[in-house]
Amino acid sequence: MDLVAAVGLQILYGIANLALISLGLAIIFGMMRVINLAHGEFLMLGGYTVVIAANAGVNLWVAMLILAPLVVGVIGVVVERLLIRWLYGRMIDTLLATWGLSLLFIGIVTSIFGASTATTISPPLGVVSIGEYTSSAYELLLIGITVALGIAVFLVLKMTSLGLVARGTMQNAEMASALGVSTSRVYMITFGIGAAISGLAGGLLAPVTGVLPTIGAVYIAKAFITVISGGAAILAGTASASVLLGGVNGIAAFLTGPTIGEVALLVTAIVLLRLMPRGITGGLFRKSL
Amino acid sequence: MTVTRRRFLAGASASAAALAAPAFIGRAQAADPIKFVSILDQSGGLDIYGKPMVDTTRMAIDELNAAGGLLGREIELKVYDPQSTIQFYTQYATQAAAGDRADVVHAGITSASREAIRPTFSRFQTLYFYNVLYEGGVCDLNCFCTGSTPAQTVEKLVPYTMNKWGKKVYIVAADYNYGQITAQWVQKYVADNGGEAVETEFFPLDVTNFGPTIKKIQAAKPDLVMSALVGGAHVSFYRQYAAAGMNRSVPIASTTFGVGNEHKLISAEEGDGMICAYSYFEEIDSPANQDFVARFKAHRGEGAPALNELAARAYEGAYLWAEAVKQAGTTERMPVIETLRTGLAVDGPSGRVTIEPKTNHALQNVYLAELKDQAFQILEVYEDQPPTDTLLVCDLVADPSQAVFKFENGLEAAGIKM
Repeated sequence: MDLVAAVGLQILYGIANLALISLGLAIIFGMMRVINLAHGEFLMLGGYTVVIAANAGVNLWVAMLILAPLVVGVIGVVVERLLIRWLYGRMIDTLLATWGLSLLFIGIVTSIFGASTATTISPPLGVVSIGEYTSSAYELLLIGITVALGIAVFLVLKMTSLGLVARGTMQNAEMASALGVSTSRVYMITFGIGAAISGLAGGLLAPVTGVLPTIGAVYIAKAFITVISGGAAILAGTASASVLLGGVNGIAAFLTGPTIGEVALLVTAIVLLRLMPRGITGGLFRKSL
Repeated sequence: MTVTRRRFLAGASASAAALAAPAFIGRAQAADPIKFVSILDQSGGLDIYGKPMVDTTRMAIDELNAAGGLLGREIELKVYDPQSTIQFYTQYATQAAAGDRADVVHAGITSASREAIRPTFSRFQTLYFYNVLYEGGVCDLNCFCTGSTPAQTVEKLVPYTMNKWGKKVYIVAADYNYGQITAQWVQKYVADNGGEAVETEFFPLDVTNFGPTIKKIQAAKPDLVMSALVGGAHVSFYRQYAAAGMNRSVPIASTTFGVGNEHKLISAEEGDGMICAYSYFEEIDSPANQDFVARFKAHRGEGAPALNELAARAYEGAYLWAEAVKQAGTTERMPVIETLRTGLAVDGPSGRVTIEPKTNHALQNVYLAELKDQAFQILEVYEDQPPTDTLLVCDLVADPSQAVFKFENGLEAAGIKM
């Protein structure tokens, strides 16, 4: 029984982990149809922000919850102004440009901090016992933060005028523009928020996974698979794809091993996209956010 | 580049000539620099190993050049970065052998990369050094494997940790030839010492979520975990293990932890108590090593990485080759190989390293150490350990024509009793 609870918690954490690394990408892709190949590096930069700030004596929680999203959000806005805004509607060009950006970020971070930075921050909080099993309390917190983040994004999109304008721009940019919305500003803010959420995710994961200049490559494939499997709806898509893929991955990894776990995740995504080429929310929950 | 017929023919005849009669190709005039090529990952997931190795290689060549070079000629070091990608390894290996006409190539970190390029150097008859600890079993006249092998390290590590912690062992390893074969060595030594390997799990190099495995370890209740995990992503295992409070109940021993300076990546609380065995630790208390560490810090300047077996052996490997060139009086491949195989030795920071002629591996000191406050404390020293694993299957004195990897299909296929 304890084992079931412990493994269940672990699978829940795997799902939250996928949702956390994908949400920033989902916002940028879902709202703007921009495929951001530098997404992994946004996560990496969030991680570095936390490590550097924590080593400089900043409180770890401040570094993770405030500094990481702030710094990466600002970087996101700069990137959007300098690079992305010239390329709207040119998907292949954006793809190439953001890929170049990702290499640039890796190169800059490597040349400043070296290939392996001493990331001597440990996951805060202690250990939670479930009968004979123990889990990291920090993992529980990450699940909570992911849920809270999802709710926050929902409320912003649904309840605020910024959300309304953003959804309007997403549905019909020309009409929104004709009604006096500065679509260019909406895109800038959206990209900034997407980047900030990626930074937050990277910062939160830094104590668990460690930070290397190339750590982004580990996240990017999974984030893309989750977003594409989820389809156009930002929240419902990310949530449903994370539950499906994270669940399959967690169960298969526990029953067999990590290799089969990864294979199961990929096979599920391929079968899903064969049956629903536009992702889960392309078929189900189409009106959702 | 477009390939014209003329260029194709010129290239084809040149490479045919190179293959047929490499000895006739004028290697170098006396004044030309000697070409030393190094192919090591400086970016991608394996850069935690490659960067310090490049630093120490550079230092060795600078020192040799400052002392007047070799045979009155300067040594020219050329470093390629294969970016943790096997495809670039084969490309740069061909470039080094056929394009640069290297006198010696020191290359490869993972066993997968070594097996991708070793045949290239055999084919082009280019002397090859592999300076990384690995699973043993390479039997190739042209290839010198100077790093430690499981009979030298794992064979000490397993009984020591089993006596200290208990007989039930859970193995986690990287999912490629090094991890697979090393896991078999661990299983063998655990069984030889009367223990039980309760479970063995393999992880692709990009796995970062070890949660399911940590739960499985908790369910299996082993006495110790033996890790042969590799690369930057796998460092998360040690963090998540500590975050679940496991490092206090089930200790870890490792065949790879520390050679990527992982002990500097995770905090003292997360790493304390881990036990490892290598042929070099930065903390070795000998004048030769203290001098080496001081010279390295001065050479590399600010931000010098910690030193480990891979970095020290890359340095000693360069010196082994240089000593052979000096004694042979030439950089020609066969005389240098013959000289190395006379049981040539150098005294490096790790102690004496001696080439063992039956296997082209090295006799070397092995140190057992425990991690405390991000530094290794040496517990035991075993001097001049032979590579007995590879000696079981390889005899280049009897048959020098061999160029194979004996453990390709595992230990049982090589006739080693499990």
